Amino acid sequence: MTTSAGAHSPALPVGGEAARPLISIKQITKQFANGTLAVRNVNLDLRQGEFVSLLGPSGCGKSTLLRLISGLSQPSAGVIDWPLNPHDTEGHAERDRDLGFVFQDPTLMPWSRAIGNVAMPLILKGMKKSEAHERSAEMLALVGLKGFENSFPRELSGGMKMRVSIARALVTRPRILLMDEPFAALDEITRHRLNDDLLELWWKNRFTAVFVTHSVFESVYLSQRIVVMAARPGRIMADLDVSAPYPRSETFRTSPIYADLCRLASDKLKEAIQA
Amino acid sequence: MSDAAIDPRSITPAHDGTDAEAMPVFAVERRILGVPVSVWPNILAPLAMGVLFLAGWEFMVRYKDIPPYVLPGPILVAKTLVADWDTLSTSLWITLRITFAALIAAVSIGVALAIIFTQSKWLDKSLLPYAIILQVTPVVSIAPLIIIWVGDINLSLLICAWIVAFFPILSSTIIGLNSVDHNLLNLFQIYGASRWQGLRYLRLPAAMPFFLSGLRIAGGLALIGAVVAEYVAGSGGSASGLAYRILEASYQLKIPRMFAALVMISLTGIAIFLVTSFVSHLALRRWHESALKREN
Repeated sequence: MTTSAGAHSPALPVGGEAARPLISIKQITKQFANGTLAVRNVNLDLRQGEFVSLLGPSGCGKSTLLRLISGLSQPSAGVIDWPLNPHDTEGHAERDRDLGFVFQDPTLMPWSRAIGNVAMPLILKGMKKSEAHERSAEMLALVGLKGFENSFPRELSGGMKMRVSIARALVTRPRILLMDEPFAALDEITRHRLNDDLLELWWKNRFTAVFVTHSVFESVYLSQRIVVMAARPGRIMADLDVSAPYPRSETFRTSPIYADLCRLASDKLKEAIQA
Repeated sequence: MSDAAIDPRSITPAHDGTDAEAMPVFAVERRILGVPVSVWPNILAPLAMGVLFLAGWEFMVRYKDIPPYVLPGPILVAKTLVADWDTLSTSLWITLRITFAALIAAVSIGVALAIIFTQSKWLDKSLLPYAIILQVTPVVSIAPLIIIWVGDINLSLLICAWIVAFFPILSSTIIGLNSVDHNLLNLFQIYGASRWQGLRYLRLPAAMPFFLSGLRIAGGLALIGAVVAEYVAGSGGSASGLAYRILEASYQLKIPRMFAALVMISLTGIAIFLVTSFVSHLALRRWHESALKREN
């Protein structure tokens, strides 16, 4: 596997942990009850603090991979190891309870105000409501929604709802943020803004970001590393290094490096689709 | 490129960077006497129709000289209502007490059973069919049995009204508790939420609109159940609710009084519907689609 921990990487793991990834996916296979092979023999290391995109056509198992990492579904074969976490006597790692998950839809509770939605993960952990709301207000401000704390989801635009969803995912200060095509349903202008704001949040907080997308441009713009997947069965075709420096902005979008990287990723995706 | 000079990292994310301009616009309507302009036709149209109908009725009764023991005119019915107010209002109070007691019992037992059924598949499978049997059995046919078994007439009336009212609450609450967004359930699972937390923070609020629509139906049904049971019990002679007044008046051929009691029952039903609708509106107005008015 190529390394992307280049000079511009903002999120180098600390000290001796450098060698050990945050999550190590080993020989994972997931077969559904109806016989479909969602992913087969997938190996993938996710290093602490890196921004990885999973790029591929629909049905390539990229969402399945996210669900496996989050513990929402169990692999049919293989192991998902968290090398940095404590292991039990049988060698199974404890997975992070604090992981952020952003779905394609904002998935907000319509009866709850923005602040209540963001505070929910903290409340579920038993935090006092006043404290949870205080932290949620800070988080909402970070995603640019200061002043909308008491709005109900129905009163917010699509992009704002997605911001609430991101704030909720980050409010527990997770080490890893899993995103399943979070901006696919948004218009392009809103998507660009959210891409920039997501990068800034990542830049400042240095969580590991796993971003599922079917957009070549989005994956190149955002990530340090693009994992290209193919379908039937879902498998990894390529692991590309995006060596462009951060911070990235509109200038990056119009630069020749960006165009080259997009071409490269496009070619790999084409191969993956034909494979 | 002009934007080369601006580093997006130097600005905090989006005071204006949200697509706030795309926020949905909600209609703010002009109000007359506190009621939105668009709601007035909903009040005035049926009102005008009612007045027209009553005028036609009164006219026919006078024009054709129909005797009051066949069909009393609305004016005579109104006069009877005023004249017999003492007796009728006492009976109304008795019927109302049964109705509300039955409704409260229906809500508490219906919601409790719905929660139990959604927590345990086996209880759901084994008990729900009996709840349905209870619902489809006509209450008139089991009311005599209940009256014989229970003995206490008020309690039997309460049970009859409860049987009719509780099923809509049960079934709509079950649907509501199961209608939670699947991704939200996933999210709660990721955060390791307990069953109780899932119920409290997710399933119960999600069930709210369904429960409230069940409540609107149950309110009317509780009244019907109470009245039907009174009819059955009425022949036993120990009840004095509105249904008993109707029976009594019909034996004595006091037809205007029958009509007056009937009008009271109808008005009570309408009042229950309005109150439950209002409660539902208050509970849902901020978040639920059914209670929102969009500007398009």
